[in-house]
Amino acid sequence: MSWEELSIRTEGLTRVFRPKRREARGQRREIVALDRVNLAVERGELFGVLGPNGAGKTTLIKILATLLAPTSGRAWVAGVDVSENPWEVRRHINMVSGGESSGYGLLTVEENLWMFSQFYGMQSGEAKRRIKELLEVVGLADRARTKIYHLSTGMRQKMNFARGFLTDPEILFLDEPTLGLDVQTARTLRAYIRDWMDRHPDRTILLTTHYMYEADELCDRVAIIDRGKVLACDTPAALKRTLQREAIFRLRVAALADPKALFQGVTGVHRFTHAARDGCVELDVVLGDENAILAVLGGIQRAGGQLLSLEKREPTLEDVFVRLVGRGLGSGEGAGA
Amino acid sequence: MRRRTEWRIFWRTVVGRAYPRVIGLQRERSWVFFDVALPLLQVTAFVYIYRAIQAPPEFTGFVVLGGAMSAYWLNVLWSMASQLYWEKETGNLQLYIVAPTSRMAILLGMALGGIFATTVRALGVIAVGTLIFRVPMTVTSVPALLAVFVLTLVALYGLGMLMSSLFLLWGREAWHLANLLQEPVFLLSGFYFPVKALGFAVALVASFIPITLGLDAMRQLLFPQMMEGLKFLPVGYELAALSVLGIVFLALAHQALRFFEDLARREGRLTLRGQ
Ligand SMILES: Nc1ncnc2c1ncn2[C@@H]1O[C@H](COP(=O)(O)OP(=O)(O)O)[C@@H](O)[C@H]1O
Ligand SMILES: [Mg+2]
Repeated sequence: MSWEELSIRTEGLTRVFRPKRREARGQRREIVALDRVNLAVERGELFGVLGPNGAGKTTLIKILATLLAPTSGRAWVAGVDVSENPWEVRRHINMVSGGESSGYGLLTVEENLWMFSQFYGMQSGEAKRRIKELLEVVGLADRARTKIYHLSTGMRQKMNFARGFLTDPEILFLDEPTLGLDVQTARTLRAYIRDWMDRHPDRTILLTTHYMYEADELCDRVAIIDRGKVLACDTPAALKRTLQREAIFRLRVAALADPKALFQGVTGVHRFTHAARDGCVELDVVLGDENAILAVLGGIQRAGGQLLSLEKREPTLEDVFVRLVGRGLGSGEGAGA
Repeated sequence: MRRRTEWRIFWRTVVGRAYPRVIGLQRERSWVFFDVALPLLQVTAFVYIYRAIQAPPEFTGFVVLGGAMSAYWLNVLWSMASQLYWEKETGNLQLYIVAPTSRMAILLGMALGGIFATTVRALGVIAVGTLIFRVPMTVTSVPALLAVFVLTLVALYGLGMLMSSLFLLWGREAWHLANLLQEPVFLLSGFYFPVKALGFAVALVASFIPITLGLDAMRQLLFPQMMEGLKFLPVGYELAALSVLGIVFLALAHQALRFFEDLARREGRLTLRGQ
């Protein structure tokens, strides 16, 4: 793949935030939000950036969308250097963030969308037609004439989502587009993203998320990022294959006092995570060999735990993340199936 | 081809950004009270002071005109100068930046929308004011009056555009700054009396705010006899000065936008943290 065919490329991309003087009294520490990030996203890819809160996902999108300058390193979007020629980059992109609260409260949903379409020079008639279509898709058609200060947060988010696709961008940045949405809505939006990519094979989407399920289901390739560093980058299947030699069990255990100390001295346990759920403890245990499960069960018994269920399961991107980082994504399955 | 696309985007942006201000006028009716009744109250107070000291009836006209023009100053302060800062707080600014459009077009749209909405208010103040207080007006030259009015607005909103990028950088202090500027300008620009009363030097400094010259020129054109001894500068000079101010402010605004946008991008201040 030659460089010209890449939609997005970064080379040693780094962004450091220095605390403002006023805030700095407590800590004068610099925050390295992005740390020498190298990425190459091909045209036509739905590329995911998966990482926990504070990993640097939004910082990456802001730089690529010309909203923030890198401290060092370079980035190209549609073949154009974002620092040298931000005006040219903007002809090719659009951006939606899950948490944004844009628009004017006094305007209706369709008026707001129309206004933003004008900043891209769209013809009014064409814009209105597409707005109607997109509002159908995101399930907001019956609110087209509602002023947006009457909308719930979820509805505003659907409107913003529609805004991203309205201008038919060559490269679209979606920053946690399903953040905080209900399961049904999140599913609708994901289906639309996939469908749009299928219908427009020459378009590119860079999507960030901290929902591993979303990255797994949706993305052609995923970069796993933590503390500003890209730790792995591949297709979800290939990432999960790195765990193939291991066996993963999910156990639910009641009456377990101290899950942290559970497997001290138990051989064959590579790593495990635990979470309190519905009054019991849910353990995800990764074993080098599935026979080690017997030792695990023995350990639970010795700790006075009461086994409620045991299930062998396929590896997920969360497991990949835990292996790379040593802790979970901390999101649960918020946007899960 | 590219030029044509750019112009298309420019003008559509102007119309798009003016739209919420125009439509807002119709949807948010409370302005009738706040923006017509309240200024009239202020005007009334001055009218009665002038009557009490038996000033000539033209002074009532000075005050009504000042009251009407004060609406533009408030609009520039609160809806132009502090606007980009608000836009950043609400998350709109980042969408303006990401769009392939000109920042000047966004500001021009805001200005034109604001001028339209404010003109409705100003006309309200003038209509009600002249009716109630029976102001004796003689329009000497409609073209000159129009020219002064238009040039005043160009310079004033140019100043507003310039201030908006400065205010963007000052962030939260912008609000205090706008508050701080509001009243002194009412005094300095001579909203309620001919500015010459402050002395030539003060009037010259106050001319930095285009309304000062605009008001003086409009008063000369509407109340020629009365202003004979009270005028600050001849109308021609004031017209020329307003033109210069307009060009300078617009050019500076254009430069300042670029400069501050780059600076804000480097410092991470174009967006809210975590959004
Ligand atoms: N404007 C800023 N000033 C200081 N620190 C910031 C700023 N923006 C982000 N950060 C810090 O940079 C890191 C990465 O943030 P962000 O890119 O928002 O992460 P994510 O989107 O993955 O949650 C975090 O530690 C965050 O606190
Ligand atoms: Mg984020």
